[in-house]
Amino acid sequence: MNIRHAKTFLLGALALGFLVSVVASHFNSYWLFITYDIAINIILAVSLNLINGYTGQFSLGHAGFMAVGAYTAAAITNQFGDLNPFAAGAVFSGALLAGGALAAGAGLLVGIPTLRLRGDYLAIVTLGFGEIIRVIFQNMQGVGGARGLSVAHGWTDFFWAFGAAAAAVYVVATLVHSTYGRGFLAVRDDEVAASAMGINPVRYKVTAFVVGAFFAGVAGGLYAHSKQFITPGGFNFMQSVSIVVMVILGGMGNTVGVILAAVLLTLLPEFLRPIAEYRMILYSLLLVVLMLARPQGLFTFRKQGDAK
Amino acid sequence: MTELLQQLINGLALGSILALIALGYTMVYGILRFINFAHGDLFMLGAFAGFYISPAVAAVLPGPSLGSGLVVLGLAMLICAVLGVVIERVAYRPLRRRPKLSVLITAIGISLFLENTGQLVFGATPKKFPEIIPVYPVLKFGGLSITSSQLIVLGVTLLLLIALRHIVLKTRMGMAMRALAFNPEAAALMGINTDWIVSFTFGLGSALAAAAGILFAIVYPSIDPLMGIMPGLKAFVAAVLGGIGNLPGAALGGILIGVTETLVAGYLSSTYRDAIAFGILILILLVKPSGLLGKKEIEKV
Amino acid sequence: MNRPSPGAEKLDSPLLQLDKATLRFGGLAAVSDLDLSLGRNELVGLIGPNGAGKTSAFNLITGVYSPSGGSILFDGRSMANRKPHQIARAGIARTFQNIRLFASMTVFDNVRTAARLHCPRGVRNALWRGRSFRDGEKEISGQVMELLEIFQLGKFHAAAATSLSYGDQRRLEIIRALATKPKLLLLDEPAAGMNATEKAELMRLIQFIKDRFQVSILLVEHDMKVVMGICERIVVLDYGIKIAEGTPAEIRAHPKVIEAYLGD
Repeated sequence: MNIRHAKTFLLGALALGFLVSVVASHFNSYWLFITYDIAINIILAVSLNLINGYTGQFSLGHAGFMAVGAYTAAAITNQFGDLNPFAAGAVFSGALLAGGALAAGAGLLVGIPTLRLRGDYLAIVTLGFGEIIRVIFQNMQGVGGARGLSVAHGWTDFFWAFGAAAAAVYVVATLVHSTYGRGFLAVRDDEVAASAMGINPVRYKVTAFVVGAFFAGVAGGLYAHSKQFITPGGFNFMQSVSIVVMVILGGMGNTVGVILAAVLLTLLPEFLRPIAEYRMILYSLLLVVLMLARPQGLFTFRKQGDAK
Repeated sequence: MTELLQQLINGLALGSILALIALGYTMVYGILRFINFAHGDLFMLGAFAGFYISPAVAAVLPGPSLGSGLVVLGLAMLICAVLGVVIERVAYRPLRRRPKLSVLITAIGISLFLENTGQLVFGATPKKFPEIIPVYPVLKFGGLSITSSQLIVLGVTLLLLIALRHIVLKTRMGMAMRALAFNPEAAALMGINTDWIVSFTFGLGSALAAAAGILFAIVYPSIDPLMGIMPGLKAFVAAVLGGIGNLPGAALGGILIGVTETLVAGYLSSTYRDAIAFGILILILLVKPSGLLGKKEIEKV
Repeated sequence: MNRPSPGAEKLDSPLLQLDKATLRFGGLAAVSDLDLSLGRNELVGLIGPNGAGKTSAFNLITGVYSPSGGSILFDGRSMANRKPHQIARAGIARTFQNIRLFASMTVFDNVRTAARLHCPRGVRNALWRGRSFRDGEKEISGQVMELLEIFQLGKFHAAAATSLSYGDQRRLEIIRALATKPKLLLLDEPAAGMNATEKAELMRLIQFIKDRFQVSILLVEHDMKVVMGICERIVVLDYGIKIAEGTPAEIRAHPKVIEAYLGD
């Protein structure tokens, strides 16, 4: 992956996003909303990939961070969104960032106790955290509790969704493809050897969680302002698993692959509509078959050893 | 006072069920160092097996009676034992040499597959579990009420624990299991057929989970395909609490979680019920990760 | 933080000093009351029968385990309860008995991760990608290639680390350790799995490293020819206790050493 012109790519993507959003009213609104979903899933998959794929911390609670971001952003825009119609952009970006920041805080809370845990344990504990977050929102009457929360302003549009996705990809890719970023991979490959070479595994793991959680929070905020209705049940374990499936399908530690997988898995339900009730069964079988036959994911074509 | 006693009894019953599930987790972890994510779903399948078998049994042994109930229990345990062995053979064994993560993901896949297929085949709406044993209050004293179903739960659990103890400590299979848990390479070198023992352990654990499912359905007669998720996770926490890989620990952990959860739900708040087990998990992993009865595992550098 | 003890600046003060260092696992003492010292630019061997505690001593020095007793001083500062990455930063690097390369990375990246130690750039730098970032990357890249070239692995820089031959992988692990610019290099059985020619080459390599990089080396090794051939001083452990210390000639003839290796 050529990272030399990363900043150009980011600016280009933002410009493109802006242009498209301006003419968006000419597009079929149903499919437009699908593109928002694609962008949101890209952000979720890429951010989880940083934690799971690159740093090797198998987290099963990513939906919890998404929930924190969604509820925070929604609460803010519901509260302040009507103040000034011209400030909508500022309020929205502020809400998204706040959601991301609080989610990052949650990431810190999750990352720290899990530092000494490996593999299976880590997975279950992160699952537990995800569930705790869900239960907390379920009992928070101020944001609707189990009945859910209506989001007054559906401000998510192509610019925001696509722009945020571009930003997420930019951040994760530039972080990882630097000498600093090799530390994530080192911690994943061999924590003991990494420590012996002066790499602080704690710092890398926590950073991965915080950055990953931040973007999951932003994705949550975008989600809330697209669907305009959120419930705690929508951020449960199943949701976390769907994100994990994207990362595994794309190849853990393969940013491009994960993006493709996110696109594929967002579009697939649309084409599988006739057999919608079999969807989860197929997904679960897909997981099993992938692990048995092609654990490196669909879109990873290199043998072990190529730095990505 | 009677309130407390009542909650304790309720908690003990719940804890027994969790203990049975937890034993399956801990046995598999002990010999394979792997958390069988799909274990909770075998709990669910046990309950459903009971649901579908009981009319057939009732035709032969008119119920509800203790005898017919036990037959349903036994058959459900048998069915799930076979199922557990099949799952291991098909999905987990091929991945035995691969990194632990692969098999964990596969286990998640199997779990989802069982749950979603269950929803399709059994229907997602909860079903009423038939009365397979006579349910009546055995003791009514002041505000205290103990039903026959609770006694059955406690009794069957006790019997199964005794039987398990016998198997693990007094039989050759049990000795082989312990050898495998202690040192897999040495066990293989001693001529122990690892594959057989693994299958046996999976079968045993699944049978216990099925028993837990039937017992659960006797006390709370509403069953649905997703009923295994929460008890499965809580039982896992119980296994960790007791020290994963440690059998008495798993039983202890189950009882502790069952009692704690019931007490907290009864006296503090029932809405946070589900989060309690996870809270305990995080606490134990922060304070004593090897669990109450477990030993510290040192990584060789 | 410990201030260097007075006299640490003097050239003859020991670089590494273990004083009654002890490591216990439950009731078993892997290392007992070990007194060990190394000066600057010394090549010392640590030998003993299997299970004598040699790798445990390494793990103590590099912070993988905390000592149950005694003290560990490096350059006058206590290393006793530091984390491994802090000890690496202080100037101690190591290789491992079972090669622990970063399997998913290239040869270049393996060294690169270690080279970062003295040229650290953080998150903001990587994200902004400005001049400082580009310069930093160029500097590290230069250092890494230079190191690889010195050991004739330059042509493999883009290859997967695990695709190298066994001998080359061992060399890579040493190069990676050297990239951290250590003052003390711990080599854990570097000759394991090598044939006679490779071992002779390794002996030359270790000498070369000591001279070229002005680094002290503590060597754990089973092969007596290698140890006797290059070590200036040898320390012998048995059951976690030091039983002998001296020049190769002295050790060869030492009754306790002979007994430890041949006896019961």
